[in-house]
Parts: sequence; structure tokens; C-alpha cells
Amino acid sequence: MSVLVGKGTKVLVQGLGREGRFHAARMVEYGTKVVAATKPGAGGTTVDGIPLFDTVARAVEATGANTSILFVPAAFAMDAMLEAIDADLELIVAITEGAPVADLAKVAAVLATSRSTLIGPNCPGVISPGKAKVGIMPAENFTEGQIGFVSRSGTLTYEIADLLSAAGLGQSTCIGIGGDPIIGTPTLEAVRLLNEDPDTEAIVVVGEIGGSAEERAAEYLRAFAKKPAVAFIAGRSAPEGKRMGHAGAIVSGNSGTAASKVAAFEAAGIPVANAPSEIPGLVRKALGGR
Amino acid sequence: MKLHEFQAKQVLARAGIAVPEGRVAYTPAEADAAAIALGLPVVVKAQVHVGGRGKAGGVKLAKTHAEAQAHAEAILGMDIKGFTVEKVYVEKAAKIAKELYLGVTLDRDRRRPVVMLSTVGGMDIEEVAATKPEKIARGWPNPLLGLLGYEARALCFDAGVPAEQRDAVADVARRLYDVYVATDAMTLEINPLFIQEDGTVVAGDAKLDIDDNALYRQPDLAQLKEIAKDEAAEEESRKLGFSFVQLDGSVGIIGNGAGLVMSTLDAVKNAGGHAANFLDVGGGAKEAVVKAALEIVLANPRVKSVMINIFGGITRCDEVAKGILAVIARETPRVPLVIRLAGTAAAEGRRILEGAPLVSRATMDDAAAEAVRLAR
Repeated sequence: MSVLVGKGTKVLVQGLGREGRFHAARMVEYGTKVVAATKPGAGGTTVDGIPLFDTVARAVEATGANTSILFVPAAFAMDAMLEAIDADLELIVAITEGAPVADLAKVAAVLATSRSTLIGPNCPGVISPGKAKVGIMPAENFTEGQIGFVSRSGTLTYEIADLLSAAGLGQSTCIGIGGDPIIGTPTLEAVRLLNEDPDTEAIVVVGEIGGSAEERAAEYLRAFAKKPAVAFIAGRSAPEGKRMGHAGAIVSGNSGTAASKVAAFEAAGIPVANAPSEIPGLVRKALGGR
Repeated sequence: MKLHEFQAKQVLARAGIAVPEGRVAYTPAEADAAAIALGLPVVVKAQVHVGGRGKAGGVKLAKTHAEAQAHAEAILGMDIKGFTVEKVYVEKAAKIAKELYLGVTLDRDRRRPVVMLSTVGGMDIEEVAATKPEKIARGWPNPLLGLLGYEARALCFDAGVPAEQRDAVADVARRLYDVYVATDAMTLEINPLFIQEDGTVVAGDAKLDIDDNALYRQPDLAQLKEIAKDEAAEEESRKLGFSFVQLDGSVGIIGNGAGLVMSTLDAVKNAGGHAANFLDVGGGAKEAVVKAALEIVLANPRVKSVMINIFGGITRCDEVAKGILAVIARETPRVPLVIRLAGTAAAEGRRILEGAPLVSRATMDDAAAEAVRLAR
């Protein structure tokens, strides 16, 4: 078993532009079932063998899609996410970067009353190695195994997956939750999924400066951890008040600092790596030297 | 994107929130003329994109024309936390009976805006939150509905706003929330919100920070963007589609992906060095982009070495390598370059750079250690 994605995942692509087409093809190569795409006005045609529909609702009705991956431009991301929520998709993965925060607050308000799970936006997506990939990550860095992995970042996720794989530590599910100030599935909720997943033996949490999502996840693990965890926080050398690439990565006053996040994990008995290269060693140690 | 106080107050005034009358002045003579037009006493206020102006001596009360001119003279050209004051706002002084705080910002944990109201005005709200948290009333309006009447009233009751001003303050709160939404603000604050001796309520200061991701639909506000001297490189980078933050170390950094670049900065610190900048070239960086990034980093005279850390995903390492080669083939860089390529097409990338005058390392830690050593 895996969380969020698996053999039963049937993907609908919202936004089959240049990027969407490229990644849809990579997902198909990986063995993920890509069953439909939406493009208003182009319903009834196909692109790269993928049937197009005018609306998400029609695509779901015709194909039974249960998951959406979204590549639409930032200005239209709210509309696309709300359309996917309205069609009752189980999982919505929003890759789009740069959506206005006010739009995301509205999406979060609607999401709270729905049955959908939203990953992202501004994220690399979700992969359960060997089963399914709904995202843009280069699959070759990931291997099948028992390490669950949550991260706010893209390339740093690939780097760490590569380090884990090279150390023989395969992954059960990797969830790239996204770097925006408001995301569909915050660190705590993603960690909870992996904590409850019987196929995950240890959890790696990769956070970064900004907000207090890592602190909340650490508190949760302190009380409810069923398995060992290891953490890493990016941005320990970042100055206050500067947005470090991700819209969400900003230290303001005493809130969002790396020190606060590191302290929260340490208080929960969770070792924190000083560099990504230390993560595999800490995971091995946490698993009792296996 | 931050607005100046006088710009934010114009926005508030258009939304029906009372603000004192004021004028912008670029010279002491203009400040004096403003004082004459407004009538004494006036407050002379530095207009810079940074907090703590009062503590830095950038806000002064003038009771005479000589004082108005002298204050303007002292404040214009003043350096406040690295920002040079180029203009002052001369404002008719309010007759203050009481100071409140009113603000709207994003509560990331609740994933909603939060409206805050306090009878402890004039202070930094983070300081109030730390020392007297019970003095701040908070409300979390549903973003689909806006700040409702009962929510605004509850804030006034919870904060202990005097009964005579309750309706007026609740009205300002609702208007302020509407401005927050209409301007795509990240933060909108009135601190202090004055209750005057005659009982009227006016905005003593205004802070408005607009969501950069929403500027495309705020054309009028986007026009107000001002670029400080030390932000020029950041602005240039934004136009090229990557994020750049100027820092004060000596190791220039280029990487792809915000998290990876942050980790690269940390790796440099772990190795005993200091990063000169944060530069994320973004996904799918091609030759021209890498070339431009390298030029921006090398333009900083403090840079003594450059570390390039690319983990190929969508970005192809061979494309990055071609970009690096294009720059160093034309002119040998004035400082050593340390390259670390991994992921998609890393082997091809390394082959392209074979024989080029640069140092190549296989891991992020090794590359950082080498870049720090070369910067010494």
C-alpha cells in the first residue's frame, strides 16, 4: 500500500500546454494511468493519445478519473482547483507556481468543506516509487522502499531522494507539499498520512524557514509517532524579512526561524540533519542500524 | 511590494477611512510650504520602505515653521536601516486622545486572513503579541464572505474599544478588510489608529504590503513600485524570471529550486563561509538564463568565488554547462568557479565543461567547502 497515489490512480491533466504535455508523457512512461485532460473548446479531440474534455465534470464522468494534476498558469489556478474540487476528485496535485495568496485562501475555505485532498500549489507532486507518479519529479532518483518523505521543496526533494536511494533506503511515498504560504496539505497532515501508512517504516521531514508548519508537525510526532522520524530544515543561514525564492520562505520577527523549527524537532526527540548528506545516516540509525 | 505611508493613506482615504491632511516634500523648502498650507502643528515623517522610522528619528513634530524646515532638513538624506530618505510626508498633527492598533494579515496556520485590534496602539504589534498577548483581539473572517458586521463588533468588544467609538472603529475595520482584499495585500496596518480629542477616528500611520504574485491584476499599485539602490540587482533578476536576494558574504551562489539554493547557502555556512547572495534560476533553466545569472552574481564586487549547484530535473545539466561555457569562453571570470552538477544529463554537462578553467565537485558539501576555501 502507499498513500495518496497507487495502482488505482487515474489521472486527469488540467492544462495540457508545453509543460503539461511533457510531464504527462513522463507519467505515462512511469506507468501511471493518464486517462484524460481538459481544454475548454477542444473536447472530443486527443493530444498524444490523451482524450480531451471541455470540463472536469465531463472528463470524470467519461473516464472515472479520480486524481487531477494541474499545470494551468497562476492567474487561472484558483478556477482550476475549484473546478476539480467541485467535481469531487479525491486528489488534486497543483504544480502551478505564483498564484496570489488571496486566491489560495479562498481555495482553502472551499477545500475544508469538500472531500478532496489538495497537494500544492507550487509543488513537485507525489510519487510512490514503482506504483505511480503524479508530479514532475525525475523518477530515476527514486526507488521503491519503506521511507516516507515529506518536503516543501522541489529540487531539494530530488537531491535527498537520490541520497536515500544511493544509501539503499527506498521510499514508500514522497509528498512534495509545496512552497507557498497557503497549501492544501500542510506538513502535519502529510506526516500524519505517512505515520498511519503500514508500508512506511520511517519518516523524513524536509522543511524550510517561514510559518510554523514544522513546529506543528513536530508536536504531533512527539505525541503520536508510531515510527522513527528524521528532519532537515533548509534556510538556517537566511536573513530576516527576505523572501528566499518560495513565497512562503520568509522569516518575520521571531516567527518562522530555522532555530525554532530545529528546537521543536529536537524537543520531540527527532534528530535534525545539519546537511542533506547526513539524512541517510540518521535514518539508518533511527531504524536501529538496519 | 511595499507602499509608502502617504500612498497607503491615499488608498485608505479612497475607501472612506479618515486620514489627516498631508503633503509630500522632497526639500526643506517644500516641507515648509506644506506646513504653511496645512497649518501648524505638523508631523514630518520619513517615507522609506522599512519599519521603525520613529525610533530612528525619522518622525518629528513641528510646532513652528522653523522647526518644520529644520526637521525636514535633518530627516531628508537620513539613512534608516540601509534606506536613504528621499522624501518626507508633512501631515497635519492629530489631536490624540487614544491610540489603537488595527491590522489585517495572513494567518498561515489557519489559512485565512486574521484581523487584529488592540487598544495598545503605536507599538510594534509583534512586541505586544509577545508581552501582552491578551491585549490583542483577533478575528478570522471567511475569505468567501469578508469581515462581517458581527465579527467587527466582536473585535471592538474583545479589545475594549470605548463605547463612543465602537461603531466608528468597527466601520474602519470593515473598510480596512475590504481594502486588504481589493489591493491583494499581504499585510495592511493602521498603527496607530487615533481616537482624537473630539472623538473622531483617524489613521495615524498606514502600512501596505502587496502580494507580488498578484501585481499582474493590480496595475495601478504596481506602477508605484520604487527600487532602492541595493535592490536593483533583485529587480533585474525578477525580470529575467529568477529570484535573487542580495546578502553580505563573499561566496556567490547559483542554483535551481528555492529549497536547494537555501541548502546551498547553509552548506557554505557549514563550511565556515558566507554567501554573497541567493539566486534561484528556477526550473528548466537554459543557456541564456544561466549566462545572465552568472553575470549578475559576478557584478557584485564582494564576490570572491562562485558556487553553482544544479540538481537536474526539468533543468538539464548539459544546458547549464553550455551557459557557463558561453560566459567563461568570452572572458575568464575574475573569481574561481566551483561547479556541482547532478541529476538529468549531469555526465554530459561535466563532459562539456572538461578542460574549462573551473573546479568540479561531485557533492554539495565538497563544492561548498572548495568555494569557501577559494574565497579566502
